[in-house]
Amino acid sequence: MPEASSGASPERYVISVDGLRALIKALRARGRRVVGPTVADDAIIYDDIDSLDELPCGVTDEQEAGRYKLAQRGDDAYFGYAVGPHSWKKFLHKPALRLWRAERKGDEVTVEAEPVEPQNFAFLGVRACELKAIAIQDRVLMGGDYVDPHYKAQREGAFIVAVNCGEAGGTCFCVSMDAGPKARQGFDLALTELTSQGAHEFLVEVGSPAGAELLAELPRRPAASNDIDAAEAAVEHTAASMGRHMPEEDVPALLMRNLQHPRWQEVAQRCLSCANCTMVCPTCFCTSVEDHNDLAGAESSRTRRWDSCFTMDYSYIHGGSVRPTVSSRYRQWMTHKLATWHEQFGTYGCVGCGRCITWCPVGIDITEETQAIAASEKA
Amino acid sequence: MENLERILSEHRFFHGLDKDFLELAAGCAKNVRFDAGQFIFHEGEAADQFYLVREGRVALQVSAPGRGAGIFLTIEPGEVFGVNWLVPPYRWVYDAKALEPSRAISMDARCLRNKCEADHNLGYEIMKRLMPVLIERLHETRLQYLDLYRSHA
Amino acid sequence: MPENPMSETTALLHARPMVPQIAHVRRRRHDAPDAWTLELDMANGERFLYAPGQFNMLTAFGVGEAAISVSGDPAEGPLIHTIRAVGPVSKALTQLGAGDPVGVRGPFGVGWPMAQAEGKDVLVVAGGLGLAPLRPALYRLLGERARYGKVTLLFGARRPEDILFRHEVERWRGRFDIDVEVTVDHATDGWRGNVGVVTTLISRHDIDPSKTVAMVCGPEVMMRFVAMALMDKGLGEEAIYLSMERNMKCAIGHCGHCQLGPTFICRDGPVFTYARLKPLLAVKEL
Repeated sequence: MPEASSGASPERYVISVDGLRALIKALRARGRRVVGPTVADDAIIYDDIDSLDELPCGVTDEQEAGRYKLAQRGDDAYFGYAVGPHSWKKFLHKPALRLWRAERKGDEVTVEAEPVEPQNFAFLGVRACELKAIAIQDRVLMGGDYVDPHYKAQREGAFIVAVNCGEAGGTCFCVSMDAGPKARQGFDLALTELTSQGAHEFLVEVGSPAGAELLAELPRRPAASNDIDAAEAAVEHTAASMGRHMPEEDVPALLMRNLQHPRWQEVAQRCLSCANCTMVCPTCFCTSVEDHNDLAGAESSRTRRWDSCFTMDYSYIHGGSVRPTVSSRYRQWMTHKLATWHEQFGTYGCVGCGRCITWCPVGIDITEETQAIAASEKA
Repeated sequence: MENLERILSEHRFFHGLDKDFLELAAGCAKNVRFDAGQFIFHEGEAADQFYLVREGRVALQVSAPGRGAGIFLTIEPGEVFGVNWLVPPYRWVYDAKALEPSRAISMDARCLRNKCEADHNLGYEIMKRLMPVLIERLHETRLQYLDLYRSHA
Repeated sequence: MPENPMSETTALLHARPMVPQIAHVRRRRHDAPDAWTLELDMANGERFLYAPGQFNMLTAFGVGEAAISVSGDPAEGPLIHTIRAVGPVSKALTQLGAGDPVGVRGPFGVGWPMAQAEGKDVLVVAGGLGLAPLRPALYRLLGERARYGKVTLLFGARRPEDILFRHEVERWRGRFDIDVEVTVDHATDGWRGNVGVVTTLISRHDIDPSKTVAMVCGPEVMMRFVAMALMDKGLGEEAIYLSMERNMKCAIGHCGHCQLGPTFICRDGPVFTYARLKPLLAVKEL
């Protein structure tokens, strides 16, 4: 996993738009499957990218609780938006994955594990919150007693080009989750788009030897102090324009002592239990398995697919659901994300990306819910 | 009489009871024995005794047509059974049957009620000992009612 | 947990934790009206190693997978699971016969506190099918008898005909080095034993709380009240162990389903101290 060396200031360069185009070409020339942001279905999603032209040039997003809309920018920025409904878990932790196949001949069954097929990904445009989310999923899926070999295969090969956000998204709160907006580690290269000084350029930070090696192939110049200042100013501006934040206090303790708070009943009046938040959340990792077999019973297989703690089946045992009410399921999601994750994995599960707020059909805001519980204690 | 007092004091139910109260209570008590399979009382009969088991095992049961006898509790040495003597209409609401050769102390209910009425302090001592038994039985009955071990298939 | 680092079973489990290994049914026994016991042999010929209280994920090919506690003797014999038919997977498993293939993933989880129990009196309290996950612990207690103090089994079943492993329980009851008390929730004529809930057996039983460890398994409601009854006897929360159950899909801490508060039942349990569980059990629908 590439990490910026701590302490020493990373090498910084500046590349032009042509340089960015060349970056994409160079990655593809190395046999990498480049995935990055592109417009589809009225949203900016992550998909395979063949060239720079597929990026959402001059496009921005307008996000609020329960709202997402694309709009035209006044400039040609390639990364002038926040995050959309996709996250990189779509590629690292596949939504549907066959685990094994079994063949039956009389009494004999042979099981064949699904081969691990590294895709040699290059992720283009990974935000700081997303870097943190990837690190969080690394801990869950590779950092325990058992390692997910499929996740590991995609993860260890992945080349990451991070992007420092030039503006805060409408629902972002990465600052209060200490997850951005500056990409600090976990990338091979990190770009900051600079459009303010006349030229359209990108400040490039090197985060790993692999990043340095690739950058060496591209047309570039060393960063001057005004480039660095402009980049820092952009990031500072982003950090200062967060529209929401978590309360200052010990949120895990706050939530764990309020498991019977009436707010859970209140949010359940609004929550549809639709599971959108878990689908768009970059750290949600829950899965379920399904067995399939052909009609003759000779072949069977098991598939793993994304699941959500919001479904009634999720906690089914002994003839019923342990969490039959929306309030208990909402509480499970929120307390896992903001409280029990700490005890399990040593960090928050939330990176403040705002997706759950944007993509909730009724606009439930996890920061607002937390603030409400915190405020009720002070009242 | 002295012998009965000693026997009463040794039974867990009366453990720690004042000597004077023991003497009072012993005046209502007698030793009884039952053979295995012997009915001690039947549902519907007058509830006129209070039983403290010393040896053996007693089953409390209710019979239903087509279902036979349903045993809902067994009483061990050191425990008591028969509480309907306390409240009108003083009628048993289940059968009691000795499962094994058993010995018990049987206390005349009217005698005990009269003595408790005459001396409220004795009455309170008896109540203090009976209430935990009733509360515990109520709790256990609820757990039995939940039928926790049934299959959820 | 006992793992032979040289064993193929263990190596495959870690390399491909979501892929079942093949075992075959040696024998199936009908151990209670709705419970069957499967005796399994691993196809690779290795003896399956596990600790008392651990569980496996068993696959009925073509149907699905379920978490089932191991219910045999960790020291000898085939791999044994006692299964109650409650859903399509468990039903399919209970219909398997000699020679049929089964998928096995495991062993998983934290088992009974055999080490902590050494030198102490051990009180085993089982309710209904809860005796199955406790049976390996009983085999260990009886097999290495000198390591432990007094050993007692208190067992509550629904009715006399539902007493799991009845002949074995009767044999244990006949031994001099273990006290066995059995009760049923209700009975009809013909049953001369105890009738009443298993908590009644506890209130009648004398223990020395300073040197007793309790291992409890059964329906969750039963375990909650047994723990309370044990604490009424003076036993500390740290000395009472319960085996918990939740929906499981992966058993490796990756699917999220088995969470109870901050714990993953598959990885931090299924055996927990009551001290750990008490605040979690107190919150409804946690």
